[in-house]
Amino acid sequence: VKVTVTVNGGEVAAEVADRTLLVHFLRDVAGLTATNVGCDTSSCGACTVLLDGRSVKSCTVLAAQADGRAVTTVEGLSDGSGELHPVQRAFRAEHGLQCGFCTPGMVMASVSLLAENPAPTEDEVRTALEGNLCRCTGYHNIVRAVLAAASERRPS
Amino acid sequence: MSILGTRVVRTEDPRLLTAGGTYVDDLRVPELAQAARVTFVRSPVAHAQITGIDTSAAKEAEGVVAVLTVADMDDLPPPPPDSGLTGTEGAPLPLGGHWSEPLLAIDKVRYVGEPVAIVITDDRYQGEDAAELVSVDYQPLGAVVGVDGALASESLLFPAAGSNVAVSTGTPADSAAFDACEVVVEHTITNQRVAPVPLEGRAAAARWADGKLTFWVSTQNAQIARFILAGALGLDPSGIRVIAPDVGGGFGAKVGIDRDALIVAWAAKHTGRALRWAETRSENLLGMTHGRAQRHAVKIGGNRDGRILGYRLEIVQDTGAYPRMGGFLPFLTCLMAAGPYDIGHVETAYQVVVTNATPISAYRGAGRPEATAAIERAVDLFAAEIGMDPGEVRRINLVPADKFPFTSPCGATYDTGDYVGALDKVLAGAGYAGLRAEQAGRRERGDVLQLGIGLSSYVEITAADADGGETARLVVHADGTATVYTGSSAQGQGHHTAWAMLVEAELGIPMDKVTVIHGDTDLIPAGVGTHASRSLQLGGVAVQKAAVEVKDHARRLAADMLEASEADLELDVERGVWQVRGDPATSRTWAQVAAHAGDAGLTADVNHTEGKPTFPFGTHLAVTEVDTETGQARLIRHVTVDDAGTVLNPVLAEGQRHGGIAQGVAQALLEEMVYDADGNPVTGTLVDYAIVTAAELPSFELLSSETPTAINPLGAKGIGEAGTIGATPATQNSVVDAVSHLGIRHIDMPLTPARVWAAISEAREGR
Repeated sequence: VKVTVTVNGGEVAAEVADRTLLVHFLRDVAGLTATNVGCDTSSCGACTVLLDGRSVKSCTVLAAQADGRAVTTVEGLSDGSGELHPVQRAFRAEHGLQCGFCTPGMVMASVSLLAENPAPTEDEVRTALEGNLCRCTGYHNIVRAVLAAASERRPS
Repeated sequence: MSILGTRVVRTEDPRLLTAGGTYVDDLRVPELAQAARVTFVRSPVAHAQITGIDTSAAKEAEGVVAVLTVADMDDLPPPPPDSGLTGTEGAPLPLGGHWSEPLLAIDKVRYVGEPVAIVITDDRYQGEDAAELVSVDYQPLGAVVGVDGALASESLLFPAAGSNVAVSTGTPADSAAFDACEVVVEHTITNQRVAPVPLEGRAAAARWADGKLTFWVSTQNAQIARFILAGALGLDPSGIRVIAPDVGGGFGAKVGIDRDALIVAWAAKHTGRALRWAETRSENLLGMTHGRAQRHAVKIGGNRDGRILGYRLEIVQDTGAYPRMGGFLPFLTCLMAAGPYDIGHVETAYQVVVTNATPISAYRGAGRPEATAAIERAVDLFAAEIGMDPGEVRRINLVPADKFPFTSPCGATYDTGDYVGALDKVLAGAGYAGLRAEQAGRRERGDVLQLGIGLSSYVEITAADADGGETARLVVHADGTATVYTGSSAQGQGHHTAWAMLVEAELGIPMDKVTVIHGDTDLIPAGVGTHASRSLQLGGVAVQKAAVEVKDHARRLAADMLEASEADLELDVERGVWQVRGDPATSRTWAQVAAHAGDAGLTADVNHTEGKPTFPFGTHLAVTEVDTETGQARLIRHVTVDDAGTVLNPVLAEGQRHGGIAQGVAQALLEEMVYDADGNPVTGTLVDYAIVTAAELPSFELLSSETPTAINPLGAKGIGEAGTIGATPATQNSVVDAVSHLGIRHIDMPLTPARVWAAISEAREGR
């Protein structure tokens, strides 16, 4: 099947097998390897990307379902000026990552969360990130990072 | 002011946050451009004779390059001989001989997930299709499930060994030792089998060209991986290059390399084709080693005044289908059995048994969490029996601060500590008296949500293999930058940041001019790696020593340049320049000094070893709410002191504590690899195996405490495993405490709603 996806603002078109998963399209066709595969049951969220602005687990979306739509991965998150996106900046400042494997998905899930709920409570952050697993941080600093990014984005 | 001890954010993070790491499956190097994919055919049964393998249909499938079984493995060296060490303490593993573990299964399979064949295809989806076409005939054998199944010996995994017991050792029980005790309590406790679940599973890529093997692998120890590869494939280590790129978590399960990765390396050599392999999560949960899996029989005795006089720990270690490191772990458990207590009489004994389940190996803590879990439960059982507050019982029995160094009856020499101080700090920080008052109020009112407060005081051993040491090479370049080559490679711990801090502190070369390289045996042939909470106290000290050597060399060079005596020279660490003492006008930069070194360069090579391990300690306090109608236990607070000596970077140290606490709490409340009566795993995906999420945890309350060790110049002990060691028993104790007023003394882990509810129901019916 012919698939054309706008990935991080640029068009990526390819003929792929019908069963190609979006995550493999991103990694193997678009050459964007930040988005990781951490499970085979849609449990871990390492593959989370934005599809038309909303977070999806790209291991559970066919590339064909993304045809004609726009995908944002962590590589496309900052505006290209060299500045980190506020969520990326907060993850660094709060030590919200260790091995980094869950991080691209965790960051994209956090961006999606803050788009829907710009001023979440700690409980709301924890509930919203339930579908993104991290084995290194105990989530403590991830939660702090998301709360810090939220307060940075809110005009005081 | 020195940068050491300050809160420095990580240098690793900008790359990981914008481009993502480069894990094995992300490699897009030219050597792997034509790489084919490896897909494993794994045993779907726990114990069976293989009576036939038909690969013909698979070989005809689309995209198939090769289908390989043990019949193709005619180019391997013979398996290791029997080590003859069965029955001895701390036997090195694997045992070999009767207990040998093959690469691809030879004529038997012994656990679900055991590799039987591999399929090599052009792409990943073709591999999954073709693997299903490999037809294997299995003649089922009786499955040995759990330690009781192993000890019953109705079926033997290794008939030639004559038993399912691979190791049996320890001191005979001396019942007279407990005669003087007013109170003796005995209990059987299960420390269940859990899965490590690093977010990146196992992965490898291999290329054989020009008589040399290049092997990219997700490992904690590139150099050890090379050693294992050389032995398994019969190659000279100099003909192997192992590269560990970014590693997505290890937790002990990526120490060295295991069987599946060896098969990938062999297949690349055998076929001449570059290969890639990245396991699925379902494979990971069955194929990667599991952890813990001990059953404990504890006996604790003492007097009603709270003094503990005797303790006995008997362990049965389920090591799974093959005795890998699982044969060694109970040795560490016994070494640390006495915990942080001054107990006059301590006995330990253990058996290691094989079962038809995934092999056991190290998992964050590796034998020490089991020791702590056993004695911390035992202390609570004792406290409950004599009706004394568990905090008070601990205070009475902890090794007092004036008794260090303290050699325990188990033979471990605890270097430094303030165990009572850690306990008191946690009790104060948590507001212990207030928590007990709240608990009493809820009990009085008969609230549905009861409050539990659980304590765990611990001491652990870090860098147990200190005599193995660690390497560092430091080079200062003529442009003023520096490069550190370290044998200690990271899986998220932050080595790049920590090692650069050490260089900046010693030499005044700013961190952003320091590059840290690890995990490549061509660049770093000698090294050990990251495990056993050893990195800072061995690898970090090696870096610091290298910096001191470089400084000594640079002093001579600068003296020559400035025509001054060495004694008159000083390094201004703030500015990173050499100068004649008190005369900034004479300053020479690192770039100038390095250039003056000429072709010899400004380099130091260090292989740092220590004679002794270190013993971090602490106390954890967990507060849980238990719903007495549903059995649901929820952790609502977790307060800890984890004293690992002098802290290099609090950001990194706290991160290690956070992660370990979460894993420790998860073992107490959620996680267990469950097998049915036929040895089939029933928790083989992340849908069934409950790793902890953000929604089930609170933020943690970390209190700081630094009691330096004199064993190394940094004063540092290990911090990587403190969390799992302290958190699991504190959490378990808190849940039991929440329902103790109902007469409940013990509930085995994991403390799922079903188990807690059953315990409550039984207690109420028993009234």
